[in-house]
Amino acid sequence: MIRPEEGNRGLRLEEPLIFELDTPGAVGVDLPDIPDAPDRLGGLARNGPIGLPRLSEPRVVRHYTRLSRMNYAIDSGIYPLGSCTMKHNPRLGERLARLPGLGDLHPLQPDSTAQGALDLIDACADWLRALTGMPAVAMSPAAGAHGELTGLMCIRAALEARGDARAKVLVPESAHGTNPASARACGYAVESVPADSSGRVDLAALTDRLDPTVAGVMITNPNTCGLFERDILEMAQAVHAEGGFVYCDGANFNALVGRVRPGDLGIDCMHLNLHKTFATPHGGGGPGSGPVALSADLAPFAPLPWVLRDGGGWRLAEHASAVGGSPLGRVKGFHGQFGVFVRALAYMASLGGDGLRKVAEDAVLSANYLLARLDGTMTASFPGPCMHECLFDDRFLRGTGVTTLDFAKAMIDAGVHPMTMYFPLVVHGALLVEPTESESKETLDRFAGLMLRLAERARAGDAAWFREAPVHTPRRRLDETRAARQPVLRWTP
Amino acid sequence: MRYLGLTDADRRAMLDAIGVGSVDDLFVDVPRAAWLDGPLDLPGRRPEPAVERWFVELAERNLSPARAPSFLGAGAYRHHVPAAVDHLIQRGEFLTSYTPYQPEVSQGTLQSLFEFQTQVALLTGMDVANASMYDGATATGEAVLMALRVTRRRRAVISGGLHPHYREVVATHARFHGFAADPGDPAPQGGEDLAARLGDDCACVVVQNPDLFGHLRDYSALAEACHAAGALLVVAVTEVVSLGAVRPPGAMGADIVAAEGQSLGNATAFGGPHVGLFATRDSLVRQMPGRLSGQTEDVDGRRGWVLTLNTREQHIRREKATSNICTNSGLCALAFSIHLALLGEDGFTRLARLNHALAARLADRLAALPGVSLLNDAFFNEFTLRLPKPAAGVVEALAERGVLGGVPVARLLPGAGLDDLLLVAVTETVGEDDPGRLVAALAEVLA
Amino acid sequence: MATVKFSKDHEWIRVENDEGVVGITDYAQTQLGDVVFVELPDVDRVLEAGSEAAVVESVKAASEVYAPVSGTVTAVNEDLDGDPSLVNSSAEDGGWFFRMTISDPSELDGLMDRDAYRGYVEGLD
Repeated sequence: MIRPEEGNRGLRLEEPLIFELDTPGAVGVDLPDIPDAPDRLGGLARNGPIGLPRLSEPRVVRHYTRLSRMNYAIDSGIYPLGSCTMKHNPRLGERLARLPGLGDLHPLQPDSTAQGALDLIDACADWLRALTGMPAVAMSPAAGAHGELTGLMCIRAALEARGDARAKVLVPESAHGTNPASARACGYAVESVPADSSGRVDLAALTDRLDPTVAGVMITNPNTCGLFERDILEMAQAVHAEGGFVYCDGANFNALVGRVRPGDLGIDCMHLNLHKTFATPHGGGGPGSGPVALSADLAPFAPLPWVLRDGGGWRLAEHASAVGGSPLGRVKGFHGQFGVFVRALAYMASLGGDGLRKVAEDAVLSANYLLARLDGTMTASFPGPCMHECLFDDRFLRGTGVTTLDFAKAMIDAGVHPMTMYFPLVVHGALLVEPTESESKETLDRFAGLMLRLAERARAGDAAWFREAPVHTPRRRLDETRAARQPVLRWTP
Repeated sequence: MRYLGLTDADRRAMLDAIGVGSVDDLFVDVPRAAWLDGPLDLPGRRPEPAVERWFVELAERNLSPARAPSFLGAGAYRHHVPAAVDHLIQRGEFLTSYTPYQPEVSQGTLQSLFEFQTQVALLTGMDVANASMYDGATATGEAVLMALRVTRRRRAVISGGLHPHYREVVATHARFHGFAADPGDPAPQGGEDLAARLGDDCACVVVQNPDLFGHLRDYSALAEACHAAGALLVVAVTEVVSLGAVRPPGAMGADIVAAEGQSLGNATAFGGPHVGLFATRDSLVRQMPGRLSGQTEDVDGRRGWVLTLNTREQHIRREKATSNICTNSGLCALAFSIHLALLGEDGFTRLARLNHALAARLADRLAALPGVSLLNDAFFNEFTLRLPKPAAGVVEALAERGVLGGVPVARLLPGAGLDDLLLVAVTETVGEDDPGRLVAALAEVLA
Repeated sequence: MATVKFSKDHEWIRVENDEGVVGITDYAQTQLGDVVFVELPDVDRVLEAGSEAAVVESVKAASEVYAPVSGTVTAVNEDLDGDPSLVNSSAEDGGWFFRMTISDPSELDGLMDRDAYRGYVEGLD
């Protein structure tokens, strides 16, 4: 008989913490004998055990395999998290990143022994320059928020070089939370700009706030409501007229890639999330990569290191003395997320310029298709066309007793990962759906059918059923209050 | 096109359902002047074998450290990563999931992060660790920012033995954040008096162990001096395998440990992605940046995990967040964790002793060459040699002989008068004949 | 009976002799939901009326608590460290945040009494 306390049920598996599996005498790696040599640790040898558990290789493989089965992933189904661009991650990139001569390169081996790697970094930058229509790309930032911070530093450095550092940055109220946090981390005060009734930045309100103390404006385009900022050219012109810069959060570049170049929209600076638009795996929260495209005015301030062409070969310029201009210092160790560049470049080279354009078109088409299918039963916050994602609010749930959270948890029980919930903050109970170009029409139809049935069920007065959800998951709703009131952040014996 | 889910028939049907004639009608909000009508000046699509050929060609233009005796370190270390690690992190459920925002369908990621946090706390000898940072250098930058928040002071004293990339990341923050980063001169032969640079404006002292030059030091007295002055001690670690043999920073009184975790589970990958480790004391946890997985229960009373203490983070606090960081190094943290799980207590400490013994033997052989001297008394798996010639030229000459002989200090610290210093690292990946090949090649180059 | 006054930011201040005891209102705790952490000011900190004095956190939100009047912090409620849920169960009594001197008693006149505050809150819903 199965003992209920073990919890396993068919393929629903329970798994203890790895520390609870400690087996004295077990080991998962065989190591050679240690040669005789005197201890040179200077009296600083560790003087007690660390407390790591001991396991064999099969037990470790089983542990992580069992854990993996408790995760939803883009490999298992549609993952329509708005603003996160959960598209298919091609496995070609995984193979190439592990090639001998790429994955095992040391960042400090002589440039003469890494010419192919430097060529690869520049090739990746070259595609990004072409797609953004901007003359320079700083490759070293490690993720989107890191790119934002780096881009703002470039802006500040350029202003300081003019003797005019300025005091504040304008951020639309619908922006990602990273935008104000990055502006603050760059030493700027943050001033919010309201949206107009169409869900876009209020151009008049923006213009009113512009003055010579404004270093720049951070725009997300398409914005977090999934809408294109139609007035972008006018905004850019107004910001430039006051001597400021336009920063664009490139998180939503998937809607534009290959069809619209940010450089043609008056943008001075934009980070690119390679782990979104360029299909490198999110890995449960990283690693990312956030190269920053820069205008000619900002390019001299790009952070170190730079990859330069020198006569017949490539060279890394790692110090300010090795480049012209007034570069920022480093924002990260070594030369950026090289392994992510390999995957992103493989993706771009596979699709080509024409395929990338198709990516944007299909992503926008799919989001508009869902908008058309769902609006009426669900409540779209703004009229279409949308770009790569469509935004609903919770008006369709009003009076049902079902919240956006309950609705999302019911989707989980139906085997689908929920959309982004409660973001952006500018609409009530937001549900932000980003299907991406990876999904077939059949998958989109099944997804739409599910959403419509759930909306019907909510309206039919079945709130109790929603509040119970999810029930078909490794864990049901978890007590976040308890986790935050008495934080338990590590295992203790 | 192999990555796209729609067929032309699908596209037609979807346009009809939307009620538009073409996809152009969906881009009407984009100013017409910014439409790209013609093709971009980029190559067209390519089948998988063609892309693969191109990358193999690029890879063949590099000298793979797997195919040469390699003694490179200075912040990135080539260790053997067990095959099981690489297999497990490529399971789609780990590889292709997002940050665990929906905990009921992310328990695998959340539990593995909780285990990671515990492993990092144990290794560093600290109370608590976060779910990872971008890398060791950015973790050190964040550690300094955290010390400024905790102490409400505006100056950070930086040891000259801190890796220059780490120091430069702190300096970049200092410039834009408006605090003083007070760096010491590099001291390849020791003699740095950091306690003398404390003061009532000092938020923290940042040291590294083993330091850039490979020296191991006991920072216990410095920790006491810091605490007496109301400052925090930040200890950076670039070679995390050292913690299998060396007394951890927590046991020396460190308040924050910022480390590079690449050595476990992760390839050197020409500099990234790597994984930053960040650990601190319980009392400072609410000032710690980065994601945290915390234990709780579900409505049925079963143990489970959620992202917790979220109110420190940018998506809630916006401009008042402890840090702007959103993404971390989740998959690299997982690789770290799996590798450490395979090693276990016995394997990890044995790996550390093996690295140390191999390094100690090679150091003595190299120091016996005419004109070569060893600067270190105490070291782990990396040491500094003084050569009778500039090290940069020596390294190039060694590379021509197929040997990746180390990192010239002047590559990291140009213009500091340290041109004759060479950093040499030894790990278990060094082959049986490799030390002899380095000794012979160096003798030849120096002759 | 002690005088209790209310601010538009949902703080209350109870005047006891020369000092004020400050907390957040029951309405505010309902809006926040389960309180998980309270960051209190240091004793002896000098506060201006309207300046940021404390932070109260729920699982999904963090809100600043402002000083309703000017003065110096004389004590903080250390019970909140161990049991932040006091803010939910007893917002206007056991869940107090800090005590402060009142450097300018006339500032109290700019605050609402209980009835006015009740009316103010009703207007918000």
